[in-house]
Amino acid sequence: MSAHWSEGIYQLFKQQSIRQVSLVPDAGHSRLIKLCEADAALRMVRLTTEEEGIALAVGAWLGGDKSVLLMQSSGVGNCINMLSMLQVCQIPLAMLVTMRGDWGEFNPWQVPMGRAAKTVLEEMDVLVTSAQHEDEVVPAAEGALRIAYNTYRPAAVLIGQRVLGAKTFTD
Amino acid sequence: MASNSGQRLDRREVAKVLLRDRGDLLVVAGLGAPAWDATHVGDHPLNFPLWGGMGGATAIGLGLAIAQPMRPVLVLTGDGEMLMGMGSLATVGIDQPANLSIVVLDNEHYGETGMQESHTARGVDLAAAALACGLKSGVMVTQMEQVIALRKAMHAMQGTVFAK
Repeated sequence: MSAHWSEGIYQLFKQQSIRQVSLVPDAGHSRLIKLCEADAALRMVRLTTEEEGIALAVGAWLGGDKSVLLMQSSGVGNCINMLSMLQVCQIPLAMLVTMRGDWGEFNPWQVPMGRAAKTVLEEMDVLVTSAQHEDEVVPAAEGALRIAYNTYRPAAVLIGQRVLGAKTFTD
Repeated sequence: MASNSGQRLDRREVAKVLLRDRGDLLVVAGLGAPAWDATHVGDHPLNFPLWGGMGGATAIGLGLAIAQPMRPVLVLTGDGEMLMGMGSLATVGIDQPANLSIVVLDNEHYGETGMQESHTARGVDLAAAALACGLKSGVMVTQMEQVIALRKAMHAMQGTVFAK
């Protein structure tokens, strides 16, 4: 069994010299969050809403720091207006989005934003890659980090529930 | 910055005093009049005036303050912009970079859209909100001498400063 994708993503953060990691917690990111928390070189910023993470990334970039934003698909909707700043100012950001509302979802309230997440991001000029298999997650994240920070634009990876395991009502 | 009683401070004067002898002060100026207030003092390469992203000024300031810990960072914004990003006060509250100052020019109105009253005109106290979010400072400034003291506190970088 190969290492969990969270380990691979954490290594990418180190290779790409990520300095600030902002997040609204999601169960799908819990392992990655623990890895980042254990690393004093990464500054974790806990947000009250995902749009703060977009604004934070603007400030971080102005100050010379690379950042990533971790969130659940429901948070994509919270970011829409703030994403305009990345477009207008050509600011890079990698966003790692754990999906709800796709494969095997049990909660009907998660489905609308889960279905809309990709379209919403693309409408706001974010490059989107989806990972539907565990082996795809780290390469997708690597691609997103590279294109974001080499071409000065936002890029997102949607990590599907087929990778994360669909949450069940009894979880 | 405004109180219901007494003389209001002139916002352009406040901006001028805050940005005097600024050294390497980094300024994020929020959407609306504060972006103009900061620019009115003089265009500057270390200013980032916002024409969008309402509610984001404080979070931008936080990211910048973390990235540049040796420089003072000022978020100069308005009451409407701060109200939209009130959650970011809680985010700053748990982070508290020593070099970050947030100054809200609180005229109790949405100036860009026709001077409609904001929540602060009806009793919402942003300085109290800052204190409740754990910021060590949350003051209401009504006199120019206090603005001068605020400028000094901003450059001293001894803890997150919040003033309205």
